Amino acid sequence: MSWLPFLVDGLLLGSTLALGAVGLTLTYSILGFANFTHGDLITWGAYFVLSLLLAWTAATGGGLGRLGPLSFGWPFLAALAVAMILTGAVGLALDRVLFRPLQRHGAQIVLVIASFGASLALRYGLAFVYGPEPAYYTREIQLAAPVVPGLPAVRATPDQLFVLGLTAVLVVGLHLLLTRTTLGRAMRAVSENPALARMVGVDPLAVARWTWLLGGALAAVAGVFVGLTVQVRPWLGFDLLLPLFAATILGGVGSVYGAVLGGLLIGLAEAFAVPLVGAEYRAAVAFMVLLVVLLIRPRGILGTHE
Amino acid sequence: MIADLGAYLVFFLVVALYYALLCLGLNLQWGVTGLFNVGVAGFVAVGAYASALLTGPGSPDHWGGLELPVAVGWVGAAALAGVCALLVGAVTLRLRHDYLAIATFGVAVTIQLVALNFTKLTNGPFGIVQIPRPLAGWARTPVGRNVLYLGLVVLVVTAIYVGLERLVRSPWGRVLRGLREDEAAAAALGKSPARYRLEAFVLGAMVMGLAGAIYAHFIGFVAPEDFLPILTFQVWTMLVVGGSGSNRGALVGGILVWGLWSASGALVATLLPQAMQARGAALQVVLIGIALAAVLLCRPRGLLGEEAVVSRHVRT
Repeated sequence: MSWLPFLVDGLLLGSTLALGAVGLTLTYSILGFANFTHGDLITWGAYFVLSLLLAWTAATGGGLGRLGPLSFGWPFLAALAVAMILTGAVGLALDRVLFRPLQRHGAQIVLVIASFGASLALRYGLAFVYGPEPAYYTREIQLAAPVVPGLPAVRATPDQLFVLGLTAVLVVGLHLLLTRTTLGRAMRAVSENPALARMVGVDPLAVARWTWLLGGALAAVAGVFVGLTVQVRPWLGFDLLLPLFAATILGGVGSVYGAVLGGLLIGLAEAFAVPLVGAEYRAAVAFMVLLVVLLIRPRGILGTHE
Repeated sequence: MIADLGAYLVFFLVVALYYALLCLGLNLQWGVTGLFNVGVAGFVAVGAYASALLTGPGSPDHWGGLELPVAVGWVGAAALAGVCALLVGAVTLRLRHDYLAIATFGVAVTIQLVALNFTKLTNGPFGIVQIPRPLAGWARTPVGRNVLYLGLVVLVVTAIYVGLERLVRSPWGRVLRGLREDEAAAAALGKSPARYRLEAFVLGAMVMGLAGAIYAHFIGFVAPEDFLPILTFQVWTMLVVGGSGSNRGALVGGILVWGLWSASGALVATLLPQAMQARGAALQVVLIGIALAAVLLCRPRGLLGEEAVVSRHVRT
């Protein structure tokens, strides 16, 4: 049972990757290109919350309050909601000034190169404004307590449980959105067959706009998870890019459930690999999984087409 | 003052030619063949470390230190980068464009991890020091040694440029461009896409490995932070700015963008106070990113776009 202590660690990383990979898989299949800026959208979400919290404490002079055992209060949740909208807006703006004009020229692959450029600008823009030093939402130290009766090795802090709970809520919400709403059905239609979707009256531009908003909002939550459980740094999202792509391809490009599954699997694989290969090679685990998937089953677990 | 400026110009040109060489390698892969390599920094690192370990003095901290001639180191650098590319390419070249990009990105991340953590081989974050400079005995002053080295690098880059120009215009090069434009048509003419792609990928990576060695022997020191992912994106920007598909564009892009980078760096160093220097460096990267996006939007061909190459048999 020596792997048990790594379970919570893996689920936490898995939650972050799951939410990030959902946005990545949606933009990948609906907009049709591998978006290297997605990691930086995650970082922007984390920094939006940081800035909003700094503004809040400066304006009110008060603290961030507390909700039960959590290290933060209502201002934090409000900041998270605003950051989700703002990060979605950043995605929309990128689409407007960069990706959509390029898409008109054709050649999807140019979009990937353009996303390198945008990624550099977004990431180093944050480093310019905030400096390279890490920041924290709160300075509180939380103690991890056993969470599963009978398994004392599985320990988590209240903040970590909040991350896992919010992930579950968002995944269920996403499921309802995709299966019960017109928008969700339109998104799935464009993802599976853009030409057919247009024929039955789905507006691809509107779907693309909602895809950016939704992907950006989920990216913001993923970034805030990292900020809450690790720290806020300008590279936090870029460092997640490889595991995010691995999760997306493992789950199957275009499959939202696959992205959630892939994110959790990659997160657990990285955490459980730590006692085997050492923490320093942890980041290579996602790459190994990615290579195996590309060799054996390039369409991923739940993917329908390559 | 003039002497200082001249010394700086020599230093600048050696580094600019290092980037130009990287652009030539990437141009063969992406510009000519359409292979989406996002792992440039990884292949450069392999070449730099290979040559450093083959030629450097022994050290109790890490393996290597064979003290072989520098020429052997350079050949070894290109060879080892080529072997790495062969392994990576055999696995990934049959994938779609964007999967290849993601896979090569992963290769570079993994090589960076090895450079940082496999301390027995790479000495970890401390890097490898005292990498010998070729022709060092022929000049007495440091500037003289730099001038000599610049001469050597000019020779190497010229040789590789001429070689690549000939290759690109040869029947082999036509197959590569054919594969890039229409794989099915090229395959229908009996050309094996997998083989030609692998050849171009390996050859491009060998050029990158050699460039890494040239850098290592110039600076005399290599460490993992010399090969961060940003290096890959810098080289991509240089190639796109210069004109993807054109070897001349690759040379011009490498030298020009490095010039702009150095100039903006000097501007940051003189204008900003000491405490703001790190942030100023970040602003430089922001500008590189915006430049890449702007060139793609406004002038997708780059400064010197690809010229139409027609077989001389058809022309006459």
